[in-house]
Amino acid sequence: MNRVIEQKVKKEKRLSERILIEFKKNKYLYMLSIPIFLYFILFKYLPMFGLTLAFKDYNIMRGVAGSEWVGLKYFKEFFSSVYFGRTLLNTLIISIMDIAVGFPMPIIFALLLNELRGKYFKKFVQTASYLPHFISMVVICGMITDFFSTDGLISTLISKVGGENMNYVGDPAYFRQIFVGTNAWQQLGWNSIIYIAALAGVDRELYEAATVDGAGRWRQLIHVTLPGISGTIIIMLIMRLGQVLSVGYEKIILLYTPQTYDVADVISSYTYRAGIINNRYSYSISVGMFQSVINVIILLTANTISKKVTETSLF
Amino acid sequence: MVKQKKSPGEHCFDIINILIMIGIAVITIYPIYYVAVCSISDGNQLIGARGLILRPLGLDWSAYKAVFSNPNIFSGYRITLTVVVIGTTLSVLTTAIGAFLITRKDFAAKRVLSYMMVFTMYFTGGMIPTYLVVNNFLHLGDKLAALILPTMISVYNLIIMKANFESIPDSIEEAAKIDGANDIVILFRIILPLSLSVIAVMVLFYGVSYWNSWFQAMMYMHDRSEYPLQLILREILISNDTSSMGTTSSAAGDQYMIGESIKYATIMVATLPILCLYPFIQKYFVKGVMVGAVKG
Repeated sequence: MNRVIEQKVKKEKRLSERILIEFKKNKYLYMLSIPIFLYFILFKYLPMFGLTLAFKDYNIMRGVAGSEWVGLKYFKEFFSSVYFGRTLLNTLIISIMDIAVGFPMPIIFALLLNELRGKYFKKFVQTASYLPHFISMVVICGMITDFFSTDGLISTLISKVGGENMNYVGDPAYFRQIFVGTNAWQQLGWNSIIYIAALAGVDRELYEAATVDGAGRWRQLIHVTLPGISGTIIIMLIMRLGQVLSVGYEKIILLYTPQTYDVADVISSYTYRAGIINNRYSYSISVGMFQSVINVIILLTANTISKKVTETSLF
Repeated sequence: MVKQKKSPGEHCFDIINILIMIGIAVITIYPIYYVAVCSISDGNQLIGARGLILRPLGLDWSAYKAVFSNPNIFSGYRITLTVVVIGTTLSVLTTAIGAFLITRKDFAAKRVLSYMMVFTMYFTGGMIPTYLVVNNFLHLGDKLAALILPTMISVYNLIIMKANFESIPDSIEEAAKIDGANDIVILFRIILPLSLSVIAVMVLFYGVSYWNSWFQAMMYMHDRSEYPLQLILREILISNDTSSMGTTSSAAGDQYMIGESIKYATIMVATLPILCLYPFIQKYFVKGVMVGAVKG
């Protein structure tokens, strides 16, 4: 019995000694890690703790911990408000349109680029296609509002081919198409990079073998290129599906107007209005939380289905 | 590889492909070109020539004069430059430290630290809780720190930097250790000087993102004199407010057209720094994405 206790004491001593030695040995590393820990705790983990406010009645005076628990009150309020149906529907419609248009285009672009022969021309097109990604969202949206307004560049072009010269961004019938179309334009080149990288990784010998077997470029594309990059495509699709409920709110907030709220207001822009403009913190946190929970569920479902069907998965 | 003879179908495809590619290059470059050309065009000629414009119509710098005589543009530029310089310095420094820490071999806190970082890539508190922490808990509202600190470290960038640090041979460090160098000396005298290219990439990554950021400022800044350039731009471009610009013309139509050219000139003034840097930085951005893709 005594020996056991002795051993335990010895072991504990060794542990505390080990900690001390570790601290001494790496004291500079621990010093350096203070600001890093501080940053992540303050700006990343404290907000996660703030998510509990979704179930509380946040009172600035009483603080986060002192505020009263109200259970699902704010979730119920959101689900029974007119905003729930409207923002959920808008988010889903815009997101699905965005995936349908914006997801395949970078893949097609990468494939076409891969078929180009001229090295410099290829480089030029590639470089040009990244450009919109670097221009600030404010400038992009400023250009969109200008070009699609009455007498703007695009409205004028539309009127020249027989359409109407009008303010298209301000019209609920066109808002979503403009949003999704310009999104595809902004991200086309940038999102293609990953596929271009995947294409460069496809084994050259496979192409040579295919050529020897008499396969033309089309058949090489179907039998060599596409199988070679399918893993990347599936991973990208799963990741994109995990963002179904997160429509880029910066762009929505910059582009929508009260006339287009009906078709443009999405969950995240509504969260912003409820939280930052109307100061309804607990309510807006529960709205935001609804969005992230659904996103996670969709991500996990897509991942599981993909694992079963294609044996490719994110985790 | 044996060169194959092209079939007529392939020829046809190649030509169509080249045309599509030219089309893509045009639609990505033309909008910015259009803005540039319109910004220096004569307002009166512009009003009659809507639609595709291929070269400047007349030459008139008055829009730029109006932009530069707007005090808001100047204060916006000042705030943005301050944020870009201080923010980029802090971000690159802390990102380097973070990447250095998680590449140390016998550092007990290494795993905790790296899990702690990577977790925030997949799960965050979201917009409102972060706002409450910054504004109500840390009381950073209306302070420049609110535009820098909340987005100081990007874990994505940190992973790129980590991959670069890992490629430095251990033997160099070990030699320095034998000579009595401590970890801080190793970071600043050995690792960082050997990583100048990735530091350049980080400066560009963070610099561009601070330059383009506006949403933080919209949440935390309430006084126009504290607005960064992008927020001033938003007022002019989207809320359609050129009234603060000192336009000297008397006729209403004139004023409208100058208003339009002012918008274009403002876009150019705010985007020119990026456009000038772009040819040099784009290849680094591509490299960055590749590393991120391989690691992710």
